[in-house]
Amino acid sequence: MTIATRIRTPLIHVFFILFAIASLFPFLLVFMVSVSDESSIINNGYTIFPSKISFAAYEFLFNDFAQIARAYGVTILVTFFGTIGSVLITALFAYPLSRRDLPLRRTFSFILFFTMLFSGGMVPWYITYVTMFGLKNTLLSMIIPSLLLSAFNVLLMRSFFANTIPESIVESGTIDGAGEFTIFLKLVVPLSAPIMATIALFNLLAYWNDWYNCMLFIDKANLMNIQYLMTKTLNNVQFLLMKADTSSQVGDLVAKMPTETVRMALAIVGVSPLLLAYPFFQKFYISGITSGAVKG
Amino acid sequence: MAALAPADSVIRPPSRLRTFGKQIKKFRILLLMMIPGLAYLFVNNYIPMYGVILAFKNLNYVDGIWGSPWAGMDNFKFLFNSPDAYLITRNTVLYNVVFIIVNLILALSTALLINEIRDKVVARFYQSTFLLPHIISMVVVAYLVYSFLNTESGLVNRQLVNLFGSEAISWYNEARYWPYILVIVHAWKGVGFLAIIYFAAIIGIDKEYYEAATIDGASKWKQMTRITIPLIAPVIIVMTLLSISSIMRSDFGLFYQVPMNSGPLMPTTNTIDTYVYRAMTKLGDIGMSSAAGLYQSVVCFFLILGANFAVRKISKNDALF
Repeated sequence: MTIATRIRTPLIHVFFILFAIASLFPFLLVFMVSVSDESSIINNGYTIFPSKISFAAYEFLFNDFAQIARAYGVTILVTFFGTIGSVLITALFAYPLSRRDLPLRRTFSFILFFTMLFSGGMVPWYITYVTMFGLKNTLLSMIIPSLLLSAFNVLLMRSFFANTIPESIVESGTIDGAGEFTIFLKLVVPLSAPIMATIALFNLLAYWNDWYNCMLFIDKANLMNIQYLMTKTLNNVQFLLMKADTSSQVGDLVAKMPTETVRMALAIVGVSPLLLAYPFFQKFYISGITSGAVKG
Repeated sequence: MAALAPADSVIRPPSRLRTFGKQIKKFRILLLMMIPGLAYLFVNNYIPMYGVILAFKNLNYVDGIWGSPWAGMDNFKFLFNSPDAYLITRNTVLYNVVFIIVNLILALSTALLINEIRDKVVARFYQSTFLLPHIISMVVVAYLVYSFLNTESGLVNRQLVNLFGSEAISWYNEARYWPYILVIVHAWKGVGFLAIIYFAAIIGIDKEYYEAATIDGASKWKQMTRITIPLIAPVIIVMTLLSISSIMRSDFGLFYQVPMNSGPLMPTTNTIDTYVYRAMTKLGDIGMSSAAGLYQSVVCFFLILGANFAVRKISKNDALF
């Protein structure tokens, strides 16, 4: 090992340790604020070393859990059906496109590809869903618009099918008298587990993190998802208490609410499923990005 | 159409249309499989394209899209005569230019450095930490930024500014700081993702190049500039062109959530996307917001065509289409 490498290697590690701290520190800060005592915040502001630890914010959230539980329920429901639906429709669309003998293959590819080049813009898109399909204030409005099918995912899956499914498999299926759909379901899908998992993960994250559709299409509090509840609460903490209660009760609760810490506690409640699951799926996620980057 | 009548075609050799019909029949299952996807694209993408005529109409809900009177170019005249048009275009383009440069430099250096780490487990750990910001929603990012910038108790005002004895800054009311804040936040969230793409390209390089270079006595720096960067140049070009072609679009979450939709910040945080949203929902001005959206889509379309044309000139294989 030369002297240059001996100096360089630790320097690289220092760079990455700083990078890791920069990535993780904001999460730690929000977490520490959420477990701080309100008085400690008034005295010292947000810090990762609060003078007094308190779980009052979490107690408050759990006493008033109905709204949060509902929002969580909406998010889970939408994420579940959205992910299944989008993997299904993506695979069904991508597989025929990967078949070289499909008639009109180039036309269908162009129909898909053109959506990546040009769009009608947000206003006609919004009006289409609201006036033509009446999707306002429905769970479907958080599943269908924009999120259900991504042209990029279709292309990713198409190249996977084209590159890894040998044509001889399809031929052997045909010789055995299997229909196209049986071939797809029994032969192609089992061989495509990696790409299915990757696309499922991409979609799952997109649905879990979505607040845009909810902001546009939902204005009933009981249909809001957790991301949108967090948005509303960041701007106005009292939004957490917006429900059918009598106003005197709300006034009472507002007075008792540890406003600074309760915000951050909600952020932690909202983000923790993702942070807890991240170590398990990061490997998949990284290989998914990688396979998308190296176009085949 | 007599030529296509059944009686006729029995005698004639099968026409092209007939072979085509046979093909359709043979592949009917595959074609059926595509129907959900095609129907979705029709609803989500193609019907709204027809909706661009809204930009040329004075929409009223009683008469509907077709019945509403034509406005000609009035919506565009209003838009481009207002000071907003210049401001939102400038913001959208300038931010994107800075984002592209900053993220390219940071991501490329990160990817080159992580390639120098021999211990694969450690390298993997670093990768996962700097990818973490990428997977969380902009809502959570807005919370993280707020925990730093909140005027009364935020970390920056209480811990840093106090340390140097200066006045607390009201971050959510001071537009001039936001160009820096948004660039930092965007880099924080996006660099990890881009770095992994570049890193994947670097791993794909044949090791023999480096072995040969080492035998010839090339330094690490030489290897980087003469082997690594030229060989991953196609990936860099494609990624950069993709960003250039969407230079008229902005991350709605970054410009809406992170500044918490604060009015005083508009001069430096309003972009075409946030403008269209506000014009539609807050002002109810369908015509002008459609016009702004169409302006954005058309410029984007030509940018993509132009970018692709440029790549085809440089190297044919790297073109997007």
